[in-house]
Amino acid sequence: MKRKWMTAPYIIWMLLFTIIPLCIVLYFAFTDSVTGAFTFQNITGMADYAPIFLRSIWLSVIATVICLIIGYPVAYAISTCKPRTQKLLQLLIMLPMCLSFLLRTLAWVALLEDTGIINNLLTSIGLQPLPLIRNSGAMVLGMVYNYLPYMILPLYTAISKINPRLIEAAEDLGCNKRKVFSKVVLPLSLPGITSGITMVFVPAVSTFYISQKLGSPGTILVGDIIESQFKGAYNPNLGAAMSLVLMILIFICIGISNHFTKSDNEEEQLI
Amino acid sequence: MANELIRLENLVMEFGGNRVLDSINLSIKDKTFMTLLGPSGCGKTTTLRIIGGFQVPTSGQIFFDGVSINEVPAYKRQINTVFQNYALFPHLDVYDNIAFGLRISGLSEKEIDSRVGHMLESVSLKGFENRKVPSLSGGQQQRVAIARALVNHPKVLLLDEPLGALDLRLRQDMQNELKRIQQEVGITFVYVTHDQEEALAMSDTIVVMDSGKIQQIGTPEGIYNEPANAFVADFIGESNILDGIMPADYRVRFFGQEFKCVDHGFEPNELVDVVIRPEDIDIVAPEQGNLCGTVTSLTFKGVHYDTIVDFKGFKWLIQTTEFHPVGSYIGIQLDPDNIHVMKKSEYSGLYGDYSSYSEEYEELDEMPEEE
Repeated sequence: MKRKWMTAPYIIWMLLFTIIPLCIVLYFAFTDSVTGAFTFQNITGMADYAPIFLRSIWLSVIATVICLIIGYPVAYAISTCKPRTQKLLQLLIMLPMCLSFLLRTLAWVALLEDTGIINNLLTSIGLQPLPLIRNSGAMVLGMVYNYLPYMILPLYTAISKINPRLIEAAEDLGCNKRKVFSKVVLPLSLPGITSGITMVFVPAVSTFYISQKLGSPGTILVGDIIESQFKGAYNPNLGAAMSLVLMILIFICIGISNHFTKSDNEEEQLI
Repeated sequence: MANELIRLENLVMEFGGNRVLDSINLSIKDKTFMTLLGPSGCGKTTTLRIIGGFQVPTSGQIFFDGVSINEVPAYKRQINTVFQNYALFPHLDVYDNIAFGLRISGLSEKEIDSRVGHMLESVSLKGFENRKVPSLSGGQQQRVAIARALVNHPKVLLLDEPLGALDLRLRQDMQNELKRIQQEVGITFVYVTHDQEEALAMSDTIVVMDSGKIQQIGTPEGIYNEPANAFVADFIGESNILDGIMPADYRVRFFGQEFKCVDHGFEPNELVDVVIRPEDIDIVAPEQGNLCGTVTSLTFKGVHYDTIVDFKGFKWLIQTTEFHPVGSYIGIQLDPDNIHVMKKSEYSGLYGDYSSYSEEYEELDEMPEEE
């Protein structure tokens, strides 16, 4: 391609703020916090945190699956609406994204708290208050609520790109509505599913604010631990190592999801 | 005579108050090649889509083998379609595209394999089984689309401008190919095109449509030689169309002269349209001619010259292999066989005058129809 120089600003940007920081992370991850000598201790010492890593991944997987289950029918329904309605619905989906992430999470705290809106409502009609907050369920809820738009939008884009003639061709060849979906619409929307999964899973697995507000000390996530290494505990070397491991785990998870949503147009996949 | 397979009765289609089809009545015989021919927006594609089950008519009935199929969804009809731009599945390779319909109907893989293999052979795509659709040329995609439809052994194959996206040479090859396939499999083809040459070359029956109405139904020869009105005469081939009057059977008057003709059955002194095909006109010396005029333009077309001749202010197109330079004064002779008389219609006076003839008109005719 000609005009390669036009990509220069981005390449410089990437170099300064992606490649170099990544090298710094690598450096910190493999050096001792006190002496600065090369060490594997940061990595090996992470075994203690394995349950937290697993919990982070597990809850994010659940949140991603729920987003997909909720998001796909919504995206499909939007793509079958009239163009004007599609624009409006798209706007409605994106609207929460315009509000601060912190505010959205705090709003859930106000709803779910032991003395929050829902429990107040329950007690006022004579029911027992429910333990709605400070558990894994509340955290998954927070993740689903915050990241659902990131699932719906790529799905919607992929589904609405499908040529309606292909659906007619499938009907022509004997597919009823269900078969049209499973044989044509679903396979052709795989690129959307892959990018939706990535867009939800990656931020969910490294989140820390949601767990702090909606979870309990017993349900902390990797993001919280990493944050604490840089803030309270002041062990950036361990934090860097954790970030590195988390990054590798994310790559593995996405690799697995790509394997299951393998599409024939490899170039359309994100990673 | 073959049996009737599909019948359309008083088919009307309206889109938002806009009448696209106006009481279409059509009988399609089994095992024939029928072409719906007409310009963009004449309703031919809509008619095809109604037969295929992709659109529900506003009113009217569709019968298949004598049974109304208005309520039968597309996937239950014994009809397959070759779509404009093919609509091949991009996520499947050639083999899986062709096998698609067979897999849906639950055939054994062994049966599928033999039928797909046979089909690949008859469209000369052997060895392309595992090719991805986007890596195929237009002509190859076209053949995959035909194979994908025919492999299901439909009773009717619908083809929506299937050759529109191909270049001229390939289009001509595919015309022969399609006709051969139709005769080989012996099923009904309903073919939609705006290309009159395509229609004339392939069809058993041509249905000429315009403005949502059927203008004429007939064999290619019948439609060419005996056009029903000025629209058909102009749309199928080139025509000089003049105002005339029929004083009596077998006699027609135009340009103040009376000519013998073979037409009859008109009212005495009925006003008519007279069609004279440009290739049916013999150029003779001025003193021998029925009419005399001056050549005003000459275009070499390979096989013949397009010669525009001015007769008393009305310009005719004459196609002749003889060279008559611009400005020469010539006579023409008209055989009774070559004078065709038509009833007046809403199209009278709109077509068949070459006064403003130019090359551009031909190019406009070649424009493919948009959906």
